[in-house]
Amino acid sequence: MIVPFHHLLVLATLLFLLGLMAVLVRRNLIMILIGVEIMLNAAGLVLVGASALWQQIDGQVLVIFLMALTSAEVSISLAMVVYLNRRKKTVDVRAFDELRG
Amino acid sequence: MATWIFYILGAVAVIATAMAVTRRNPVHAVIYLVNSFFALALIFYLLGAPLVAAWEVIIYAGAIMVLFLFIIMMLELSPGEDADRKGPGPLQWLPVLLIGGSLLACTLLMLQLDPGGGQELPHWYASPRDFGYALFHEYALAVEVVSFQLLFAAVGAFYVGRADERKEKMGDAT
Repeated sequence: MIVPFHHLLVLATLLFLLGLMAVLVRRNLIMILIGVEIMLNAAGLVLVGASALWQQIDGQVLVIFLMALTSAEVSISLAMVVYLNRRKKTVDVRAFDELRG
Repeated sequence: MATWIFYILGAVAVIATAMAVTRRNPVHAVIYLVNSFFALALIFYLLGAPLVAAWEVIIYAGAIMVLFLFIIMMLELSPGEDADRKGPGPLQWLPVLLIGGSLLACTLLMLQLDPGGGQELPHWYASPRDFGYALFHEYALAVEVVSFQLLFAAVGAFYVGRADERKEKMGDAT
């Protein structure tokens, strides 16, 4: 692998910014969750790259924990999307702005 | 050779992700994102993490994206009520471009200032055996905590996603 660590960081930053863009711009709840997925993946890329740079395996172990966290987060948040869609018949975030029970 | 593969895969990942976040149809977005995850899995393999690459395909592309597809199909959203139908206006793009541009500029500046980070990545390979040893010896407690977290997530998802009992009872009464 003859790639500078900087280029890896730039790639991860670009992916992270794309995910951030999806979270901030989109109004569809599912697309916002997809943006969160992209950001977590960019973090995992940095962890694997750091693991290769310092030749320590801890970064890769952390990526596995990141995946477990992501699957837990996705299962809960998609269940909430189903719940909110059942209440208001939409996935538009603007419909959920009253913060009441 | 591996260098060129890395740059090609990086370009594929960025382009596929950009297509994913701009698609109006969530199904198209999920399919593009699966492509992006495949490219990322190959990058992980090039970085000496074959087990993480396999799990990227199995867990991210296989499990999580299929869960997204399943939910999108289960909700049966009518095409008429598209949340992003009108598209984001300049009022939404402006803060995003400001935040994203400043973040990217700061990252690039920091990379310029950092003297040691420009070194090339050494050739390294973590075998699944080493990986499993580290995971279940040094991080055994963390594995237990994560398994509890997954259990709580399953219970929480079941609680949030259950059918409304009051409505069903009222339906029985009438």
